[in-house]
Amino acid sequence: MSERFDCIVVGAGPAGIACAYELAKGGAKVVLIERGEYPGSKNVMGGVLYRQMMEDVIPGFYKEAPLERPIVEQRFMMMDKESAVTFGYKGMEWGKEPYNNFTVLRAKFDQWFASKAVEQGALLINETVVTECIVEEGRVVGVQTDRPDGEVYADVVVLADGVNSLLAKSLGFHKEYRPDEVALATMEILKLDKKIIEDRFNLEPNQGCTIELFGDATNGILGTGFLYTNKDSLSIGVGTLLSGLIKHKIRPYELLEYVKNHPMIRPYLQGSEQQEYLAHLIPEGGYKSMGKVVGNGVIVVGDAAQLVNAIHREGSNLAMTSGRIAAETILLAMQAGDFSEALLDRYRVKLMNSFVGQDMKKYKDSTHHFDKFPQYFDQYIPMMNRAASQMFTVDGKSKWEKQKKIWKDIGSPREKIKIARDAYRAWKVMK
Amino acid sequence: MLHIVACIKQVPDTKIIKMNPKTNTMDRASAPAILNPYDAHAVEEAVRIKKKYGGIVSVLTMGPPPAVKAIKKCIEIGADEGYMISDRRFAGADTLATSYALTKALDKIQKIRPVDLILCGKMTIDGDTGQVGPGIARRLDIPPLTSVKKVEAVHQEEGHIIVHRKIEDGHEVIQSTLPCLLSVEKEINEVPYSSFPNMIKAARYDPVIWSVDDLEDVDIKQLGLKGSPTIVAKVWAPPKPEGGKMLEGSPDDQVDQILSVILEKKELFQAKGGS
Ligand SMILES: Cc1cc2nc3c(=O)[nH]c(=O)nc-3n(C[C@H](O)[C@H](O)[C@H](O)COP(=O)(O)OP(=O)(O)OC[C@H]3O[C@@H](n4cnc5c(N)ncnc54)[C@H](O)[C@@H]3O)c2cc1C
Ligand SMILES: Cc1cc2nc3c(=O)[nH]c(=O)nc-3n(C[C@H](O)[C@H](O)[C@H](O)COP(=O)(O)OP(=O)(O)OC[C@H]3O[C@@H](n4cnc5c(N)ncnc54)[C@H](O)[C@@H]3O)c2cc1C
Repeated sequence: MSERFDCIVVGAGPAGIACAYELAKGGAKVVLIERGEYPGSKNVMGGVLYRQMMEDVIPGFYKEAPLERPIVEQRFMMMDKESAVTFGYKGMEWGKEPYNNFTVLRAKFDQWFASKAVEQGALLINETVVTECIVEEGRVVGVQTDRPDGEVYADVVVLADGVNSLLAKSLGFHKEYRPDEVALATMEILKLDKKIIEDRFNLEPNQGCTIELFGDATNGILGTGFLYTNKDSLSIGVGTLLSGLIKHKIRPYELLEYVKNHPMIRPYLQGSEQQEYLAHLIPEGGYKSMGKVVGNGVIVVGDAAQLVNAIHREGSNLAMTSGRIAAETILLAMQAGDFSEALLDRYRVKLMNSFVGQDMKKYKDSTHHFDKFPQYFDQYIPMMNRAASQMFTVDGKSKWEKQKKIWKDIGSPREKIKIARDAYRAWKVMK
Repeated sequence: MLHIVACIKQVPDTKIIKMNPKTNTMDRASAPAILNPYDAHAVEEAVRIKKKYGGIVSVLTMGPPPAVKAIKKCIEIGADEGYMISDRRFAGADTLATSYALTKALDKIQKIRPVDLILCGKMTIDGDTGQVGPGIARRLDIPPLTSVKKVEAVHQEEGHIIVHRKIEDGHEVIQSTLPCLLSVEKEINEVPYSSFPNMIKAARYDPVIWSVDDLEDVDIKQLGLKGSPTIVAKVWAPPKPEGGKMLEGSPDDQVDQILSVILEKKELFQAKGGS
């Protein structure tokens, strides 16, 4: 029989690596199995890495990790066809230690993060696909890989295999996603001279900017876009619920082309050169779509457990925190010599009490809300743009007159009440 | 017990690599480093011989520290031991200096365990010369067998090996004394998907790494750039073949067209050696 491990972690994304790191550090014998050529080789993310949750795993990581730029400015662009209302915040406090967030390229970052887990003693096996969990007498006892002599056994298996986890699905933990529970995001990495990026985005070296795009970025389909600055490249992407793409019969890359050619965006990209094109799913069903996350001898973490806060585009941080909490629980289970669902359920409890569970609950209605009421994207963003245009156009009319006109253009008193109600609802799901 | 040593090299993946248009040299950072594909076949053949006759497979490489990854790849394929010589003083070696350094390392490996058979790839995909294998054989004064496409039998007791060599109009079956050196063709075998236990072994494996000072009787003047008489006088990109012409129509039409082209340009075909 092949070698036994204390724990097998499937998938070397932020969730799996954080888990393997903490387990190895705690003295467990752990093997981390990744299907890609190396960790990060297939992983897709716009690229905002949240410092706090990463520091919970490796304090001061930013001193050595391959990061792109610390983010000093976040802008939000409400786009119409030929205009945009933009607001944002830029603060120099974000540009120095301990920083706030960073842009990263996952191919580099995941590889580095995994090498740290290996330093702690985790065994990393690349280019190997886990095809199923080995279940004996109602408990997961190992995994089958696609290699000859490919079965491996362990006390606990952690499923960190990302969105649409086939392994968790085959255990019956969750069903096939509905098209309105998952977003399809496409993005490109565009090579652009460092100096040009800094001039165009008004940055100093080692400063970065993120722009979140709403409204016409996705051509009226519910979703968002983003434009982030890396060291010498830009990341641009759009993500929409799969149901929206189906309904509007539009292909994901067409949407990406649309936003790249949008008059508000095109000038930022001018002269850049496509380096990579990537597409990936994002689980956006939220709390209500979460499946079972614990069983006998098995724990599910990260995207595989649907842990994404779609409204705030957070995923990697929830993934890391879930991986870390899973490791803590497994180390405890090892002490107790008990790997039953009852004991491992402490992971779920702890997770739901952490910011991960709290945020999942808090935003449980948000994606569904905007999906149900398309007027936010269809009507209110264009309305905002018209109002701004009227207000700021200097044409001899008094500002008082303008306000009156804007107010009138919004519609009948009934419609005004509806908008007020929608605004309140939106505030409630997002606040 | 048979001791087989495969010489292996880490190379940039030339399928992906970008060329620097100004200097016409490879932009090595633009492509991932991989195990020279021919060398994977050499290691696989060594492993097959081991499985059939028993023995130990070692791999040897000269390269910078990241080349450890190429050694691990060989452990995945089934090699037992990995040796690497790595030192700034080896840098810039041409085939002469490379084969000299590898021979010195082989001398040291011999002392750990006598070597019966050395396997090399046909050539590397970056240097492309195919000279290193024969260079090692010459220095060790053992027979070099190039273009090997099949190992028929290894008789350690009798001290000989029978192999098939690819030649222009077929192949020849030859017997050689052991020890000897083989340069193998790609068609000699298929490298299978490595087993999971081998993957685990490779992930844990740390090769033996030697610097110049760990080797014996080394003439420093014969190493690296200093020991390399090869001078690159000029590098240029071969001209891209001209556009060509697509023939259209039915197969018969196309045959007619191509015939008229040939007749029209017959001097061209004659000049290229036809008659
Ligand atoms: C376009 C886009 C932009 C995003 N932007 C952000 C952002 O700015 N900030 C943020 O925090 N989050 C962002 N996210 C979300 C974030 O990428 C994910 O939440 C995060 O990567 C989840 O980490 P994970 O480890 O759970 O899964 P993943 O990162 O998906 O890792 C799963 C790993 O498992 C491997 N794997 C899968 N199946 C198997 C198998 N059977 N056998 C072996 N290995 C397997 C995969 O190769 C992969 O390496 C974005 C997502 C997308 C698609
Ligand atoms: C014109 C020319 C210019 C060059 N310029 C440079 C340069 O500027 N900088 C530079 O770094 N290199 C340069 N090289 C490359 C360098 O000389 C060769 O890479 C090196 O000497 C090995 O030769 P090769 O790659 O042709 O191997 P080949 O002779 O084709 O290899 C045959 C076999 O020998 C074995 N082998 C080859 N090399 C090794 C090794 N290092 N360790 C273990 N086994 C090995 C393998 O089994 C391989 O399959 C140049 C080569 C040429 C021909």
